[in-house]
Amino acid sequence: MSPHKTFATAGRVLRQLRHDPRTLALIIVVPPVLLALLKYVFNGNAATFNRIAPMALGIFPLIVMFIVTSVATLRERTSGTLERLLSLPLGKLDIIFGYALAFALLALIQALVASGVVLGLLGVTVLGGTLEVIVTAVLAGLLGTSMGLFVSAFARTEFQAVQFMPAFVFPQLLVCGFFVPRESMAKVLQWFSDILPMTYITEAMQHITRFAGWGGTFGRNLIVTAGFIIFFLILGAITLRRQE
Amino acid sequence: MQPAVEIKNLSVKIGEAKILHDFRVSLPVGKIIGLLGPSGAGKTTLMRVIVGRQKISGGNVSVLGQPAGAAILRSQVGYVTQAPSVYKDLSVAENLRYFAAMVGAPKSRVGEIIAQVGLKGHERQLAGSLSGGQLSRVSLAAALLGQPELLVLDEPTVGIDPLMRRDLWQRFRQLAEAGTTLIVSSHVMDEAAHCDELLLVRDGRLLAYDSQAKLLQKTGAKNVEDAFLKLVEGKQ
Repeated sequence: MSPHKTFATAGRVLRQLRHDPRTLALIIVVPPVLLALLKYVFNGNAATFNRIAPMALGIFPLIVMFIVTSVATLRERTSGTLERLLSLPLGKLDIIFGYALAFALLALIQALVASGVVLGLLGVTVLGGTLEVIVTAVLAGLLGTSMGLFVSAFARTEFQAVQFMPAFVFPQLLVCGFFVPRESMAKVLQWFSDILPMTYITEAMQHITRFAGWGGTFGRNLIVTAGFIIFFLILGAITLRRQE
Repeated sequence: MQPAVEIKNLSVKIGEAKILHDFRVSLPVGKIIGLLGPSGAGKTTLMRVIVGRQKISGGNVSVLGQPAGAAILRSQVGYVTQAPSVYKDLSVAENLRYFAAMVGAPKSRVGEIIAQVGLKGHERQLAGSLSGGQLSRVSLAAALLGQPELLVLDEPTVGIDPLMRRDLWQRFRQLAEAGTTLIVSSHVMDEAAHCDELLLVRDGRLLAYDSQAKLLQKTGAKNVEDAFLKLVEGKQ
């Protein structure tokens, strides 16, 4: 691995996105628009919206980044450029971390915009700080990226890659505590949700809504999330094979 | 002198299908070696073995004195796949600057290489908007950046106009004279005239390995296409 090659890869991924402003706009604009929509879905029930908006602020960017990353890496595989990269003198982690860095920057911008909309325009109040909200939202986007990098290895076509959304992300969405508190779910589903990464993003956001400070449950959730991100990035690197 | 590529009893299976059978050949340094044969003969598989992308099921392949696929070879061997492998959503210059960073070539190489493959004036054009022939030249340019000792080119002249094709063969000749070994595949037998040595392949087997002159002399054929036919018929 070399920092120079990792950064050059991140720069290349960002340059590709710059030539595709529509995708860039969708990444930045879709989550806040969905969150605004959600506010009017819960029209007249401000307390409910205030409870679920922070969770949605974690979940929407995660899903958007998951799709964008899995399609971007699948394209790298099908266009033959991955084959070329693997025959050049660079480490697999240069490729994976290059992607992760580029999308981390995107996740940061996305999180800033979405958090600004939720906490500013939509009037959501949290007892934790703004910084905690942004950090959690960035980690959510990065988690989506790392999962997208990993699962794209199992897709041969764009159709398959898009199907990983319902197959891989929806189950997490159902049991993460967004729709129903985890305590009231069947015991088996509670255990199941314990091993799914989206659960920890949801819990962290729930925690910020009601408590201040970085310690305790909140800090633990962030650490677990970071662990999942590293886990999926390394799995992603393992799926890159130099020899077939 | 150590051969550029030494292949002993190579066999390759992909799934149940046997793609290469008991292949043995030794390729010299600093020559243009034409890998000729019909589509489906195993040319691409043989090239992928040499660059270390294809697992082998038997035999021995050494490249520049190293076992094929050794990490050190990644900076000494350049490989251009048949389908152009560049980023279509980046400009020509952006593509080449990125690949230059990957092989550790200085940025100044990018301009030189663009001129060499005849793409001057197209630097800022998106690769996706180039013609097929131009796109394959970007792909070739990317492989030339690092000045590899061995260049493996899979059908590099397909879809390229005759003038440009002549220029490319001249460029390949210059590279060979400077000591680079080139393995160039083609399904068009006419390209044999540009090569020092010919590897004729069919159905995953080595049909002949010789220079064009010797091949014609031995088979009594008037051209390589004819020689190919005679060899195939002679085996049956």
